[in-house]
This record gives sequence, structure tokens and C-alpha cells, in this order.
Amino acid sequence: MLPNFSSAEKSQGDFSNFVRKEEKSTSLLRPLTEPCCVVSYRMELCNCIEPPWPADELLMKYQYISDFFIALAYFSIPLELIYFVKKSAVFPYRWVLVQFGAFIVLCGATHLINLWTFTLHTRTVAIVMTCAKILTAAVSCATALMLVHIIPDLLSVKTREIRLKNKAAELDREMGLIRTQEETGRHVRMLTHEIRSTLDRHTILKTTLVELGSTLGLEECALWMPTRTGLELQLSYTLHHQNPVGFTVPTQLPVISQVFNTNRAVKISPSSPVARLRPTGKYMPGEVVAVRVPLLHLSDFHIHDWPELSTKRYALMVLMLPSDSARQWHVHELELVEVVADQVAVALSHAAILEESMKARDLLMEQNVALDHARREAETAVRARNDFLAVMNHEMRTPMHAIIALSSLLLETDLSPEQRLMVETILKSSNLLATLINDVLDLSRLEDGSLQLETGTFSLHALFREALNLIRPIASVKKLYITMSLSPDLPQYAIGDEKRLMQIILNVVGNAVKFSKEGGVSVSAFVANPDSLRDPQTPDFFPIPSDNHFYMRVEVKDTGSGINPQDIPKLFMKFVHSQPHATKNSDGSGLGLAICKRFVNLMEGQICIESEGLGKGSTAIFIVKLGIPGRSNEPKLSFVHKGTKNQVKPNFSGLKVVLLDDNSVGRMVTKGLLVHIGCDVLAVSSGDECIRVVTHEHKVVFLDVSMPGVDSFEVALKIQEKFSKRVDRPLLVALTGNNDRMTKENCRRVGMKGVILKPVSLDKMRTALSDILEHGYLVESQ
Amino acid sequence: MEVNQMQRSFLEYANVLFREGFLDGQFSQLQMLADESNPDFVVEVVSLFFEDSQKLLNDLTTTLDQQNVDFKKIDAHIHQLKGSSSSIGAQRVKNACIAFRNFCDQQNVEGLSFGSSITFAFLFQLEQQIVAAGGAIPILSEFS
Repeated sequence: MLPNFSSAEKSQGDFSNFVRKEEKSTSLLRPLTEPCCVVSYRMELCNCIEPPWPADELLMKYQYISDFFIALAYFSIPLELIYFVKKSAVFPYRWVLVQFGAFIVLCGATHLINLWTFTLHTRTVAIVMTCAKILTAAVSCATALMLVHIIPDLLSVKTREIRLKNKAAELDREMGLIRTQEETGRHVRMLTHEIRSTLDRHTILKTTLVELGSTLGLEECALWMPTRTGLELQLSYTLHHQNPVGFTVPTQLPVISQVFNTNRAVKISPSSPVARLRPTGKYMPGEVVAVRVPLLHLSDFHIHDWPELSTKRYALMVLMLPSDSARQWHVHELELVEVVADQVAVALSHAAILEESMKARDLLMEQNVALDHARREAETAVRARNDFLAVMNHEMRTPMHAIIALSSLLLETDLSPEQRLMVETILKSSNLLATLINDVLDLSRLEDGSLQLETGTFSLHALFREALNLIRPIASVKKLYITMSLSPDLPQYAIGDEKRLMQIILNVVGNAVKFSKEGGVSVSAFVANPDSLRDPQTPDFFPIPSDNHFYMRVEVKDTGSGINPQDIPKLFMKFVHSQPHATKNSDGSGLGLAICKRFVNLMEGQICIESEGLGKGSTAIFIVKLGIPGRSNEPKLSFVHKGTKNQVKPNFSGLKVVLLDDNSVGRMVTKGLLVHIGCDVLAVSSGDECIRVVTHEHKVVFLDVSMPGVDSFEVALKIQEKFSKRVDRPLLVALTGNNDRMTKENCRRVGMKGVILKPVSLDKMRTALSDILEHGYLVESQ
Repeated sequence: MEVNQMQRSFLEYANVLFREGFLDGQFSQLQMLADESNPDFVVEVVSLFFEDSQKLLNDLTTTLDQQNVDFKKIDAHIHQLKGSSSSIGAQRVKNACIAFRNFCDQQNVEGLSFGSSITFAFLFQLEQQIVAAGGAIPILSEFS
């Protein structure tokens, strides 16, 4: 390559031309630097280097310009890189960038420096050029080596990017799917909510159809319910037809069986009878799906199992997509339909249960009301009866007693025999009537449970004796004997209701006598031991004697007409006569034994009557529980009384007292009382007189405080003032007809020591006076 | 009209009184007081009572006949009569007094005169009774 001489060499003049000419032949063989050496002789002076290529002007120019632009570009590339990298947040290969930048810069530098080498240039420039080139070479080799590693990485980044994009697309797809499912779920929930928000059967079904229709955008939705027989399905509800008129299809259709056999929604042909609901005329009927809706009954819910779906009653729900649309049933839509069908089944069963329970509740309420009413009526009746009895009690007894008393009195007077007989009859009848009244009243009280036994201590022997003494006259009139045997182990005294026990004995023995025409009655009483207590007729009766109580067994055997065994249960019933053909002697209300039984029961005992038959006599046995006296819980002995109370008459003889009463009669009476007791009475009729006559000798002053014109309280105060010394003061006692608190308070306030209520009896006066004198005040204001 | 009603109710009450005894237990007490030192005690008391009551009832009637009836006085009279009769045990008279005292509170002159005549009647009956019994009446037990 011939070196390119620039015009600079022209300045060298001829010599250069000369050199050139000379060199032409040898220049090809000489190395590049040769010309420099050659020229260097001449150039040593300026140390310049000649560019080694020819000076073709145009080409040179283009090369020059290209180099310039290359350098420019090369320098601007790193700048851009830096700029963009700085802008971006992430760039992992920083050192790569540096390296690359260096490479580019150096390349640029090289090209830049090359610009100078087009012309004659100094050695320095050549050296710089060389250095630059060397560096560039190094860096570019390094870069090349580095790129071997980098480029696969970068490529893989690209692959990763593509993979990520794919993944993102996939995720998007799945998201879309989930969203649809969620939508479906929401629809289901909403539907379920709608369905379950009502418990009315029709509303449930209607709502289902409507909601399904709107959710899925159906053209038609229908529900076929089984008929009573279960052999046919009847079109019950549709979405768009208001009143479906009795379409029925037999249940045994194959398509229906197919649907009923699975719990999934089944696609059926639009031409099947259940789907042919709307007038044909559309081109392409939409797809149809049918699903079964199990109708659960109450009886299907066993206690421990879930409802058995063996007893099959299903309804059929048919759903039709709009025709002429290209829509198809999607899986999630089918699932939705299945879920809805189940929910409907549940809702229907709830509705059924609710209906049942409402009916039951209404029934119960009715019954309650009726019962309440009946109870209130019964209560009213009982109250009315009690009121009636309470009134009649008093009203009946009063005249009764009057009659009895007056008749007895009458008997004491002189009467002719006929008159006596008449009066005696009157007396007997009235006694009977009185007994009857008492019996009825007692029985009603017994039944109420309001009768309570009056316990007291009494002598058993005396009781029996007295009872038999009462019966004996009647028995002797009928020429019957009465024997009594009391076992020696019976205690002398017992605790119980003497009166009622007497009544029982009288009743039982009386009956025995009444129904015997000949022979007699034998009464025996003994302590019952647990074995003998076991009565075959009452196996539930297990009396257990204890320390405080014993059971007495009384047997009354008679030789009378006996009782038909069939009649025995009726004996203790009220108002029932054992002999319908009553003899003229039989009287009584038929209440006697009923009352006896109740009394015996109250005494925690048993009573029964045995008979072997008509004409063979009968035995009445009763057992009662009595208390043993002398043990704990001993009630007050009622037979020790009366004689012991006022044995000692307190002696008031000569006791000086003053009496103030303005009522002459009252004054006289009270004075008489006091005189009778033995007092020395000074009776006055005015307050002033009273104050005047009281002296220290008078121990007690009786003041009548119910005098209208006299303020006895004033008198009392004045009397107290009169006696300054306590010991001289007489005791003040008030006599009044008012027993109210005010009077008592007032008396107490003025210093009276006691209040005696008028009218005063002898005993009362005695007790009051002795109390006053003994204690200084009345212990018990009477 | 009001008077008639009251008279009617009073009459009914009087009927009730009729059914009850003339004398109550207090009279028996009085009889117990008669002893050897005071044999005529009962007779004395009874005579005093009748004197007193008749005077009271006469006063009552006079007071009622006046133009301006003094109800306070009438009340006092009735009170006296009530006291006396209860001391002696004249049950009906006492109850009658209690009953027609109400008329006094209401200042009903007709009622009062009606009541007082009834009481008079009872008094008269009682007197007859006692006189007829010769002044020695057996101890009557109460009809429960």
C-alpha cells in the first residue's frame, strides 16, 4: 500500500516527489513504517508520521466523515446507556455496562484519533492512537468474552419473560373462572335467601322459578308436582304462564325416570312432553335441563338418621334456555340448578314442618282455652257450693237448734200423752234432720279437704263404753245383744280425734244393729300388729307402727242380713243404699259409711266390710292410727281441766273501792257485782263528786269512760294530782264498751292501770280485780 | 221514700232481733249476784231499768216532737239506754238502740221516732216476759 501523501508533503516540494518517485519501486516491499523512516530523515526535524495510505481525495473525505460520525455515535451510545440506565430502576449488570461503556468509548476514541491520522501527524498522535487501539483491543476482547456469558442470560431472561406472560395469562383465565364461580355462588346464596325467606309453600316455589329465571336468563321455567296418587306429575307452576291448566304427564315416562334416578341436573330433549310448554314455532328451541326436587315428609326424619330417600316423591323442575340463542348449559349453571333444587327441597320441608307445628300449636291453644274455661267453671261451681253451704250451715242450724231446744223444753212441761208423743216425734225428726245437715256439711268439708282432725287425749275405754251405751237402748228394743271386748294391750289413753272416732264407732255399730233382726253385735278392739294389718283387699296398705303411734283394729261382727258380695264396693259410696228395697226402718241419707270412710282415711287407716253373703251376717273392720300419750308431742290433756281453775276465790272482803258511772242501771249492776265479790263500794254519778270522795283508803277507782257528759280522763288526772304520794294513790281502772286501740291508749296515757270491757261478768271482775291488786296492773286487759 | 227504705231495713233488723233472745248472758250474771244478803237484787235492777228506760224513751219522743230537734240530746239519750240495757243484758233493746242510733247520725227524725217506737215495743215485750215469768226466770243457755 502506498502511503498517502497529503498536501503537506507538497510543501516539501520536489524532494517528496523525488522520494516518491524513488520509492515507487521499493515501497511495496518496505514496511509501513519504512516510509516514516525514509521520510524521517527529512522529518526528524518535525517528528511527524506520515499516514500510510494513498491520498485519494474523495474516498479520503468519505472515510474522514464516516470516522467522525462513528466516533460521535460511539461517544453518544454510552451517554444514552447511562441516561437510560439511570432512568430505569433496575439494571443488574452494572459492571457490564461499565465494560461496555469503556469498550464503546475506546472505540470512539480510536475512530476519533483516526481522524488525525489522515494527514501528517506527529508521533505523539501515533502513540496515542496505538495506545487507544491496544486498549480498545483489550476491552473488546474482554467484552467479547463477557458477552459469551451475558447473552445466554439475557436470552433466558427473555424466555422467562415469555413464561411469565404465559403464566399471567393462565392466572387471568383462572381468575375469570373463579369469578364466574363466585358469581354463581352469589346467585345461589341470593336465591337461597329468597327461597328461605318465606315459609309459604307457594311463595317458595314461585320465588324459585322467578329467581332462577332471572339469574340464568331462562326463557321458561316450570315445576311439575306429583299428584296424590303419585302416578302422575302435574304442571303446577310456570314462570310465564299465569295459570297452568292441568297438564299432567305420567310419572313412568323414561325421561322422567332418568331424571329422578340421579340427583344431578340432566339435559333432556326439548321435544319431551315435560318440555313442550310453549307454542312451537320457534326455530331452534334452547337447551332444556331437568332436575329432581325431593319432597321430604315429616315421617322421613327418623331420630337418628338423615331422611331416607327411599320413599320417593319428587317434583320435577324443567329449565329452558332461550331459543334462538346459541347459549349452552355451562357446568357451573348446572351446579347452580342442582344446589337450588336441594335448597328448595329443604325449604319445602321446613314449610311443611312449620305448618304442622302451627296446627298443633293452635290445637293446643284451643285445648288450653277450653281447659281453662272448664277449670274456671269448676272453680266457680265449687265456690258457689261452698258459699251456699256456708250460708246454709248457719241458716239451717239456727232454726234446727231452736226447734230441738224448744221441743226439749216442751217435754219438761205437763203434757197429755198424745201431746207428749207428738212432741217426741217432733224432737226425733228434728234430731235426725240436724244429723243429716251435719253429715252433709261434714262430708262437703271432708271432700274439700278442709276438715281437720281435732286431736286430743282421751280414754279409749270410756269412748267405747259411751258409744255402746248410746246404741244399747236401740239394740235392746230390737232384742239384740251387744258385746264388747277390748284387748288388754290397748293403751288406756290415746291421742286422736275423740269426736270423730265416736262418730265412726256409732256409725258402724249403728249399721250393724240396724241391719240385724236377731242375734246381736259383737265389738272387739285390739292393737293391730303388722301381720294382721296386711289386708288382702288393700294390698297397698303397709302401716308401720312407731314409738309414737299405734294402730287400733276394731271388728264389729253382726248376725244380720249380710251383704251381697257384689254390693260391697258400693257400700262406701255416697247416697247409695245397699238395699234398694229398703225396709221402713231404714232411714238415713246413705252418707254414714261414706263419711266414716273419709274419717278413717284422715286417721291414716282403712275400713272395709266383709260378708259371706245374704243372710250370713257381716263384719265391719276398721283400722285407725292413734297416738300414744306420754311420749313426745303430747298435746294438752283435755280431760284434766275445769275443776282446777278457780279453786281459790280471792278474798276481797272489805276492799274499799269507788265506782263512777252516770248510768243508774249500769251503776247499780256494777255495784252489785262488786258487792257480791265482797268489796265496800262507794258509787258516784258525777266526776266532781268522784274526785271529792276519793280518799287514800280507797284502793281502786272504777271509772266508766264511755260517759258522754263527763270527761273521765280529766277525772283520772285530777285524782292522780290529788294524791301526791304514790303509795296513797288508788289504782284506776276504766270500764268501757269500746275495745278499740284509741280508748286503750287514752286510758294508758292518763295513768289508768287497766281497761275492763263491759258488760262485766262475775268471773271477769274477780280476775281483773285480783290481777290489779296482785300486779298493780291488769295482766290482760279484757 | 228514703224513710220507707230505712224503716224497711230497720224492720228487717227487728225481725232478726226477734229471732234472737230477749236476754243474753249478762242477765244470767245478774242472777248470780242475787244471794242471801241481797235477794231481790235482780228485781231491783230490773225495775230500775224499766223506770229509767221508759223515762228515756219519753224524753226522746218529746224531743223529737219539737220544732228544732236537738240531735245531740237524742244521741245522749240513746247512749244511756244502750248502756243500761247492756248492763242488764236486755239484748234486743241494746241492739235496737245500736241500730237506730244511725238515724241520729243522719238526723232523720222520722227514722228516730220509728226506731224509738220499736225499742219501746221491745221493752214492753221484755217487761211482759219478765212479769209473766214471775220474776224468777230460769237460766237460759244460749242457742248457738
